[in-house]
Amino acid sequence: MILPALFFYLFAGVCVASAAMVIVSRNPVHSVLFLILAFVNASGLFILMGAEFLAMILIVVYVGAVAVLFLFVIMMLDVDFTELREGFLEYMPLGLMIGGVFVIELLLVMFPWIINPGVAKSITSAIPANVSNTEALGLVLYTKYIHYFQIAGMVLLVAMIGAIVLTLRHKVSVKRQDINVQNARTPELAMHVRKVASGQGLQDADAAEWVQ
Amino acid sequence: MTIGLGHYLSVGAMLFTLGILGIFLNRKNIIVILMSIELILLAVNINLVAFSTFLGDIVGQVYALIVLTVAAAEAAIGLAVLVVYYRSRGSIEVEDVNLMKG
Repeated sequence: MILPALFFYLFAGVCVASAAMVIVSRNPVHSVLFLILAFVNASGLFILMGAEFLAMILIVVYVGAVAVLFLFVIMMLDVDFTELREGFLEYMPLGLMIGGVFVIELLLVMFPWIINPGVAKSITSAIPANVSNTEALGLVLYTKYIHYFQIAGMVLLVAMIGAIVLTLRHKVSVKRQDINVQNARTPELAMHVRKVASGQGLQDADAAEWVQ
Repeated sequence: MTIGLGHYLSVGAMLFTLGILGIFLNRKNIIVILMSIELILLAVNINLVAFSTFLGDIVGQVYALIVLTVAAAEAAIGLAVLVVYYRSRGSIEVEDVNLMKG
């Protein structure tokens, strides 16, 4: 009984602390690493709640894809990050005020409250007993919520195409393969057979034609 | 000592607030702003999963999956826009973005 509580406080504490470090650390690379720590601990919280599949997906998607993407971009852009931190203290009072209001409002959940008993009637798909979390999720995701699943796939497809279209650029200086030009090339275009007079070589005009 | 729904919701609330605070504190650094948005979406996910497991309804986890997808797509598009912006201006100062209009 005491062990889950202990682990909850461990995961929650490290998660919140590393989230705080994400926003205050000087180096964005450290920010990304703290973000990874926050996500790993959040997935620990998910496991404590019994959502194992989402916990694993969180690690795969966030740590494996999103965080690495952030790291890539930070290292690719040659930016002086110290200069971007100007105004950090200037915005601090306003930020702390708004943050304080938010956290006070949201932490009202700590006060005693009850869930309306009528909610139990409005549950649409109850978690089935003696079925693993992954299986329970799959049972509804591919049947009842297939449209959500397909929309998610569509969102990812659009994001992929959008990211490629935005960042792809053709440099003029780089030689590229042009398949049409290659296929249109015939031996007549590519080769010239010349009689070279002995001791004279090719005349300049011929040579120029040959080069082009 | 038992851990209830309120505990998980408080963690979500704190993460959400830290995300909002991060957007305010790092007004110039758009990379940290994007990371703060990821923190906010993580807080939303924690809330969804907490309600899902404590009420015994699996739909919350389905929604959490969708939120996760949208967060990944948003990070990819946001960083792509950031890279394009950096190429055209040579810096990532958010306050210059309104120079881009027209």
